[in-house]
Amino acid sequence: MLSPSLHEQLSSCEAMVMGASAGAVEALNQLLPAVPQDARIPLVVVVHLPANRPSLLPEVFAPRCQAKVLEPDDKQPMTAGNIWFAPSNYHLLIEADRSFAFSTDLPVNFSRPSLDVTFESAADVFGERLCCIVLTGANNDGARGARAVRQNGGLVIVQDPTSADSRQMPEAAISSANPQIIAPLPEIKELIRLATRAA
Amino acid sequence: MPEDIEIRLLLDAIYLRYHYDFRSYSAASIKRRLNAAKLQMNAETLSALQEKILRDPQVFTRLLQFLTVGVSDMFRDPSFFRVFREQVVPELRTYPSIRVWIAGCSTGEELYSFAILLREEGLLERTTLYATDINPEALRKAEQGLYPIERLQAFTENHQLSGSKCSLSEYYTAAYGSAAFDRSLRKNVVFSDHSLATDSVFAEVQLVSCRNVLIYFDRSLQDRALGLMKDSLCRRGFLGLGSKESLMFSEHASAFRDFVASERWFQRC
Repeated sequence: MLSPSLHEQLSSCEAMVMGASAGAVEALNQLLPAVPQDARIPLVVVVHLPANRPSLLPEVFAPRCQAKVLEPDDKQPMTAGNIWFAPSNYHLLIEADRSFAFSTDLPVNFSRPSLDVTFESAADVFGERLCCIVLTGANNDGARGARAVRQNGGLVIVQDPTSADSRQMPEAAISSANPQIIAPLPEIKELIRLATRAA
Repeated sequence: MPEDIEIRLLLDAIYLRYHYDFRSYSAASIKRRLNAAKLQMNAETLSALQEKILRDPQVFTRLLQFLTVGVSDMFRDPSFFRVFREQVVPELRTYPSIRVWIAGCSTGEELYSFAILLREEGLLERTTLYATDINPEALRKAEQGLYPIERLQAFTENHQLSGSKCSLSEYYTAAYGSAAFDRSLRKNVVFSDHSLATDSVFAEVQLVSCRNVLIYFDRSLQDRALGLMKDSLCRRGFLGLGSKESLMFSEHASAFRDFVASERWFQRC
């Protein structure tokens, strides 16, 4: 089902960024356990969260995942083999030296963290060596960011809206970014496995 | 990338013309902010924006609002303020007079949070607070202490979670869609223009709070800023940082010990 060039791009990408909103926990629960302990690349996960309390996602997912699940600190290197969750109440950005940076700038699409902010800065750093995944959600966040990833030559995967808990976010990403792959979760899970497995 | 070159040139131009130094700011954030400014200020490119900025100080003043737009809530991260109340305040109490530096106070949310907690703990009368920022417009707003009434619900919830026994409404009066904070809270506040990038130490203090400012700096500028804080703090003085900021990567790490590391409270050795 995957063309040789997409297969090549996926298995040589150097980072994966994914985002979700409404329905996120259920979707990520299907996907993240597929990431192996010695994952070849770092994965960054942005989920819309309430602002006034710490994110519980690292604690929720750590016991379910083989890979290490972490929340980065400012300027921490974005090391491979880990699943990095964006914390609540900050935007998460990537620096050119592949470390994490944060901002408390205004919410984007009413969200902080915003998928667009992380995707756009990752697109800038990784160019065609980036894979971006947009999952279920009930707003348009991620659409601009996914387009930036696509314009910089990266690979964009969007959850098939008909299979999504909330279809608005995948639909917005599809119309904005013209993704190379639109697929339901079980297929995305296999793509993640392919991208993250050790060479 | 041409845009990265334009950013460098623009930041050089700003430094040469206005002596504001953004050259060691976090590149990822500054790029976002400059692109937002470019759109809103109707400039085709950053080079075009640079031309306007070099010739018109008012255009620079507008740009400065984009370059320093960090937004904070009062009592952001209530658990940080709870530690202040329960563990830092008992130590501050031992000083006959107290000096506190809010570094990068922006529009004042953090400043009023500390002033309110110090009042509740009976220490505000003998405390001097230095509230500094590089943005004169933000300092003016901090001095006014006026916030849109819509923001007060979040402030109030955070205030409760920080362990207060009083209601936040005791400290402000609401009128015309704004909450005006009691001027007695800022009686002992010195508002001042100060840059962590270009200025030096100005006072000895027992506490520095600098939250979500260092995240906008690269590591070299973080070290400069932390050096100023280190040199401003008396022995056993306290440093409070934002929830994602740490001393882990700093050359000044050894000058501090963890006080309550999980809430980013550190103490000067």
